[in-house]
Amino acid sequence: MSNNSQLKKLDFIFNNENDWEEVLRKNLSRPHQELINELISSELKGRGGAGFPTGLKWKLSADAQSDIKYVICNADEGEPGTFKDREILSKVPYKVLSAMAVCAYVIGAKEGYIYLRGEYFFLKPELQKAIDEFIYYCKEINFDFSISIFMGSGAYICGEETALFESMEGKRGEPRNKPPFPTNYGYMGKPTVINNVETLAHTYTIFKYGAKRFYDLGVQYSRGSKLYSVSGDTPKPGIYELELGMSLTDFVEEFGDGDTKAVQVGGASGFLVPRKRFKETNIGYQGKLTGISLPTGGSMMLFNSSRSMYNVLDNYLVFFHEESCGQCTPCRVGCQQLLKGIKSVKNGEKNAQYLDKLLKLAETMQITAKCGLGQSVANSFSSIVENFREEMIY
Amino acid sequence: MNTVSELVKNLADKYGRERHNLLPILQGVVEQERYLSEHSMKVIAKELDLPAAEVYGTATFYSFLEHKKMGKNIIRICKTISCSMKSSNQILLTIEDMLKIKLGETTPDGVFSLMQTNCLGFCHQAPAMLINNDVYTELTPEKVREILSSYLNKNKEGVQYEQ
Repeated sequence: MSNNSQLKKLDFIFNNENDWEEVLRKNLSRPHQELINELISSELKGRGGAGFPTGLKWKLSADAQSDIKYVICNADEGEPGTFKDREILSKVPYKVLSAMAVCAYVIGAKEGYIYLRGEYFFLKPELQKAIDEFIYYCKEINFDFSISIFMGSGAYICGEETALFESMEGKRGEPRNKPPFPTNYGYMGKPTVINNVETLAHTYTIFKYGAKRFYDLGVQYSRGSKLYSVSGDTPKPGIYELELGMSLTDFVEEFGDGDTKAVQVGGASGFLVPRKRFKETNIGYQGKLTGISLPTGGSMMLFNSSRSMYNVLDNYLVFFHEESCGQCTPCRVGCQQLLKGIKSVKNGEKNAQYLDKLLKLAETMQITAKCGLGQSVANSFSSIVENFREEMIY
Repeated sequence: MNTVSELVKNLADKYGRERHNLLPILQGVVEQERYLSEHSMKVIAKELDLPAAEVYGTATFYSFLEHKKMGKNIIRICKTISCSMKSSNQILLTIEDMLKIKLGETTPDGVFSLMQTNCLGFCHQAPAMLINNDVYTELTPEKVREILSSYLNKNKEGVQYEQ
């Protein structure tokens, strides 16, 4: 970080403290309710992008009545521009495994799974070694828990929690209707806590240092730190842990190349923010009193003035068109038609007003698609078309 | 070499014969055979006592479970935004030129298949590609030629696969 930077760089996730055995032992002897309260008071929200309160998720699963429950770590990191979870699993796997064990203790689960995307197969041998050592330690302290790796096979949609369960059950990765929610009806129909890799790593921080240390970071409604995956037109691509609530102006000052035209916050399913809106935009969950708050799973992609936003949108739409599971019509047909539509406008087959029809279609998808994939296509589509309309036409 | 039936039986013994064991079994067959033939899918269906259509429906959902014949080494070049901004298309053209095949094709000797894939999660080290399970990043045309040559040499020495 440069000296005059407004950004607060932190090092909770990747620090090399190797005391997970002690942290685990200590927390496995605390009352369940105390752990849940600690998590709730930290106000940690899911770091995969959706931002559901983690403490509440654990509480709902703990309250669910069932002899069998599961803890699942979602490592199906597929959002374009996101690569932090891989780094966590390869550098600090014990934090994630310890967090899974504490979760299992709190909700009463005996089995845990890590759903690892097929693209990360090369991580498996090292991760399995860490799991073996971890489970050996669990046995030593008489804690009955197992963790298995379940490999994905190349499907973005399986990062959606219910599609992930379907995939683990040996089926096509098609999202389910919600409710029922995973906390009551998850993998194999049993109460399941499913958390993103980074979320679990933050719970480790909270259980080690206490909720206050975490809560004191960030801003109202957006507490704690967050890992950002920075890529695109930047001299410093990489992974950075920063306080939540930063303004996009500060971010661009630190990571831009001096010619930043727009930033994509939250990957292809997130929002494109043009330069004129950097100042009023903050990174965090909805609820701030002033300005715009944009959540992100961590993907921050910078574009400079050499980039055609038409090409960017075209790339996203090809992505969605290929990754749509095809189950519901708004998403299956909508993705195709949006892609076809912008091409027709670009090559002059359709006039510029056709873009307004496409914006309506995107809005319809947002309302009617079954899951987050189809619902969020409109985020990038509308923010690009509205802010860079002329680039779509000429 | 095992026949597909033996392979499937071994995989089913290892993972189990219930529906939730289907994906690891499909992955196991792809690991050995490089793809899922119609025959393989029928054998799996029989072994797990599932309708063949269910096996087909599941298998064809996942982009890494190929269902047409593939080469020994499957190249998958990332085409998503960050890699595309760092000229992943140049990498594709270099490989097409070197192997004399087009995207989606397999070399006549069956050593390489050339595919594109969506975000590999190496956006900060773009452009990136996978060859089988190994990832290669910050690619340049020169680097790609070297990498492919090393696979060609390995293939000549016969160390890569026994089949």
